[in-house]
Amino acid sequence: MFPAMQDILEIEGLTKTYDGGFTALNGVDLTIRKGEIFALLGPNGAGKTTLIGAVCGLVQPSSGTIRAFGKDMGRHWRTLRRRIGLVPQELATDMFETVLHTVNYSRGLFGLAPDAARVEEILRALSLWDKREESLSALSGGMKRRVLIAKALAHDPELLFLDEPTAGVDVELRRDMWTHISALREQGTTIILTTHYIEEAEEMADRVGIIQKGRIRMVEETRAMMARLGRTEAVFTLAAPISALPEGLSGHSLSLAEDGRSLVYRGGDGTGQGKSEVAAVTKALIAHGVDYTAIDIRESNLEEIFVNLLENQSDTGEGA
Amino acid sequence: MSLFNARSAWTIYKHELARALRTALQSIIAPLLSTMLYFVVFGAAIGGRMESGLEGVDYGAFIVPGLLMLTLLSESTANGAFGIYMPRFTGAIYELLSAPVGFAETLVGFVGAAATKSLVLAAIILGTARFFVDYTIVHPVLVLGFVLLVSASFSLFGFILGIWARSFEQVGMVPSLFVMPLTFLGGTFYSIDLLPEPWRSVALANPMVYLVNGLRWCFYGQADFPVIVSLLMALGFLGICIAIIARIFATGWRLRS
Repeated sequence: MFPAMQDILEIEGLTKTYDGGFTALNGVDLTIRKGEIFALLGPNGAGKTTLIGAVCGLVQPSSGTIRAFGKDMGRHWRTLRRRIGLVPQELATDMFETVLHTVNYSRGLFGLAPDAARVEEILRALSLWDKREESLSALSGGMKRRVLIAKALAHDPELLFLDEPTAGVDVELRRDMWTHISALREQGTTIILTTHYIEEAEEMADRVGIIQKGRIRMVEETRAMMARLGRTEAVFTLAAPISALPEGLSGHSLSLAEDGRSLVYRGGDGTGQGKSEVAAVTKALIAHGVDYTAIDIRESNLEEIFVNLLENQSDTGEGA
Repeated sequence: MSLFNARSAWTIYKHELARALRTALQSIIAPLLSTMLYFVVFGAAIGGRMESGLEGVDYGAFIVPGLLMLTLLSESTANGAFGIYMPRFTGAIYELLSAPVGFAETLVGFVGAAATKSLVLAAIILGTARFFVDYTIVHPVLVLGFVLLVSASFSLFGFILGIWARSFEQVGMVPSLFVMPLTFLGGTFYSIDLLPEPWRSVALANPMVYLVNGLRWCFYGQADFPVIVSLLMALGFLGICIAIIARIFATGWRLRS
């Protein structure tokens, strides 16, 4: 899926221990490929925002190296920061400014000459053009978040960090944001996003990374992860209770409920293999004279996979 | 990319001046009004009955440099402090920290704007003072240079204050509890030669004495100390502030977590 993709960001052994002794990042190794959307998932306090802060210059790492565009961030921060954009989690900006002023300010801050046409293009793309003369304090939370995205895009970054870009916005606006983010990727921008909405990562991300207690637990292509860890579950409500599973059905991943009134199939992967196995089970049940009145089929989503992974990590003590 | 990004510095500078214009009532009108009241009370009303201590300079004219210095020090400190404290408070500082902007651009932008506001205020005060007292400036170029030096130094001092402060109370505390009282006691309204001992010796420990007298010398060619002493004090303070800010940027103290 990523032929000859070059790495745009390479993080090695990144550690951040705060003055109070809390270690937010514990030897993080992570590589981001050019042109991808990478979703960084993790529970609250896992280190997502600290990791972004360390790359963007808000957090001073305790140790480790960060290379962006093939150069060391510590030594070449001036040239590299010019190519990186950040949309923070908090709605942090001067609320008394107008939309147009604050976006122009962001462009100038990153050392670019004023470009009214480009700024208009950004504001129109984010449906902010009609609000350009309005004070930020007069905008809704969703609109303010769009302004933060417009500010981050004002200097045309090649690598864009979105820290919880859709937090606190309604479903419609969230879908709208996904469209914008996908459009940015189409234009060649590499995007790293953190989110609590796993559905968001499932919908958009090419790859997913899971961070827990300052450590990267897993990095995998979203589809591969879904295929590897995804499951299909089908519940057959039986027309009449049975006391045991017929012999000929033992080859299927079936289990009989204690009351004998339902059969549960669990199996397959995230690619749809489970659905075809469910179809085979239906035929087998009929062939063995087991009648049923209903089938409830559902696929596990990324959220379940994510929760299971975190629980397993905690159970095995790896998170300690 | 060069070591100094002029466009970034200019952007910060313009942004800060725009913010000052939005709050013109607080940043220009209020200090102007309070200074004018001093001129009315101490210059026009009771100034005729007071001795200045300077040959050929009446009391109303004597207090002009002191009052100008009082406003400059307070406003420069407050402007420098609020300029950097506000983005820290709102969280908007993330943008500054993530931008290709370093020590030099930040200082030129924030401190330059704070000093500019002080200079504009000083010009307005000097112009308005003409309505209340009669004064003549002996060394106008030196006055400009000294005002510039003091404005820049105390804007830098305010910048440090704005990074140090963890609350609005702390930002306002230093100008009102230290800068203003020390300037009041630093010879704004009197020559320290008029003070009896040991108060005269105590007054010499107040650094504001040298700044007020330095500006007074630039105005009238005479003061309690040679102007070179005042100039060295101001330059020394400027150097200390720059060194502290350079250290803050190198370590990220209270800027980067």
